[in-house]
Amino acid sequence: MPVLCKTGCGKNAVLKRPKTGDVLCKDCFFWAFETEIHYTIIKGNLFKSGDAVAVAASGGKDSTVLAHVLKTLNERYDYGLNLMLLSIDEGITGYRDDSLETVKRNRDDYEMSLKILSYKDLYGWTMDEIVEQIGRKNNCTFCGVFRRQALDRGAAMLNVKCIATGHNADDIAETVLMNILRGDIARLKRCTAISTGSEGTIPRVKPLKYTYEKEIVMYAHYKKLVYFSTECIFAPNAYRGHARALLKDLEKIRPSCIMDIIYSGETMAVKEDVSLPSQRTCSRCKFVSSQEVCKACVLLEGLNKGLPKLGIGKSSKAKRMLDEYHAKQQMSIDELNKEFQANNCIAKGKTCRSGGCKSNGLISNDCQGNKNKNEHLNEKANEMLTVYLLPDDECIVNGISPTDNDQENFEEIACEGSCGGGSISIAF
Amino acid sequence: MPETLKLQINFSGGAELLFDKIKKHNIELPSVRKYLPDSKAEKWTIRELLVWIKGNLLKERPELFLQGDSVRPGILVLINDADWELFGELEYELQQNDNIMFISTLHGG
Ligand SMILES: [Zn+2]
Repeated sequence: MPVLCKTGCGKNAVLKRPKTGDVLCKDCFFWAFETEIHYTIIKGNLFKSGDAVAVAASGGKDSTVLAHVLKTLNERYDYGLNLMLLSIDEGITGYRDDSLETVKRNRDDYEMSLKILSYKDLYGWTMDEIVEQIGRKNNCTFCGVFRRQALDRGAAMLNVKCIATGHNADDIAETVLMNILRGDIARLKRCTAISTGSEGTIPRVKPLKYTYEKEIVMYAHYKKLVYFSTECIFAPNAYRGHARALLKDLEKIRPSCIMDIIYSGETMAVKEDVSLPSQRTCSRCKFVSSQEVCKACVLLEGLNKGLPKLGIGKSSKAKRMLDEYHAKQQMSIDELNKEFQANNCIAKGKTCRSGGCKSNGLISNDCQGNKNKNEHLNEKANEMLTVYLLPDDECIVNGISPTDNDQENFEEIACEGSCGGGSISIAF
Repeated sequence: MPETLKLQINFSGGAELLFDKIKKHNIELPSVRKYLPDSKAEKWTIRELLVWIKGNLLKERPELFLQGDSVRPGILVLINDADWELFGELEYELQQNDNIMFISTLHGG
């Protein structure tokens, strides 16, 4: 028994919109879907005519629909935007390499230029290699932090005005819920913003902020858009998984709960004395950071020193790990020096035995070559030290002290691939 | 009335990963009384179809596809390419040559 489209167009309805409860035919649904996104863009003042805009493209449903709709609206309403695709290759075999093929199809279908940046090029590590080092427990933290920064770097290279991301209403509601569940008030305040970015950063905009996931998937289905759908092969975040399941259960009973949670997030007043971190630049990579040393650099240092857990969890823990690391290092240096003195009566003027050392003389704390004898790790470390201007005689990480704001610096960031896109929206 | 009910079942959006990555299945259902003698069902509805899918097509982790006697929230169901919410969801009475599609919204982003 067919149901007629609510608009009175005479055609049969194909879906019930979760957002409004309206039953619509295909064409009326397309129109409603696209027009709502258009109003979101106009009301939020997301773009200016002439802007170059990078669409963060993962090959998944959200970014594929976003690219398609932005192209459509840009033509229909004459936005005057120069749209391009920006993809990050995390280096996850069987996941990202396949989805990048989808992005390349988007590039051809939508006639947009595509820039792909890889973790390997930016950081010297692929996610496969990182997981080999750290196991599967905290890999989402690495991936989230690195992706966030990689997008910024890519956008800077493309010289765009802003980055449009595919976060949808369900993602944002989930992030609101997650920030409440974690007591992360600083992020709670920021995560519902439709446009984020402060001095010195390239703004992120979320044109799909009020668009339901169900409608995105139905739109892609009826428009026959090709997208890539698989789970990230690395373990998803269980806590976020529960939040997501809860939300989906609630949405089933009362679809408006998605909008209601977003509304709650938007209007919740934050007490004045809740300290919100201010932005500055990372003293190492010079990128925008809320800390003296940004999280990407801390994680990278951990990887390169063979302390992959550095930067995961509380900063006091990171401090302790670094202290232990340096104590151990000092011990072996002392041992080596003792040995050296025993074997060489005339110590002065001898060259350091280790390969990477730039200084002559006794092996000292300053010697880079001694830091980590862990074969390939060390090569990478040195490479990265040069790239990221990490001072090679600096052993203590200045940015980490137990008094840092633990929550801000070291919370868990979920994987965008498997968990539907928390990493960017909760970030800036 | 023929004894069997022919249907086409489709999985996409990542739901196919639970079904040997096969997206399209042509199936033939026996009479519902024969298949579910203990149930009061007289005719095949989506509710009984899900039981059949669980027993015959679902290869792994049923909890990712089913929840209670329905699909897991976040999996969309289309009956002949239209939202099942228009047709009574679980109560929809299956017809000869119906096309039933399951699309996961839970994968990727
Ligand atoms: Zn209509």
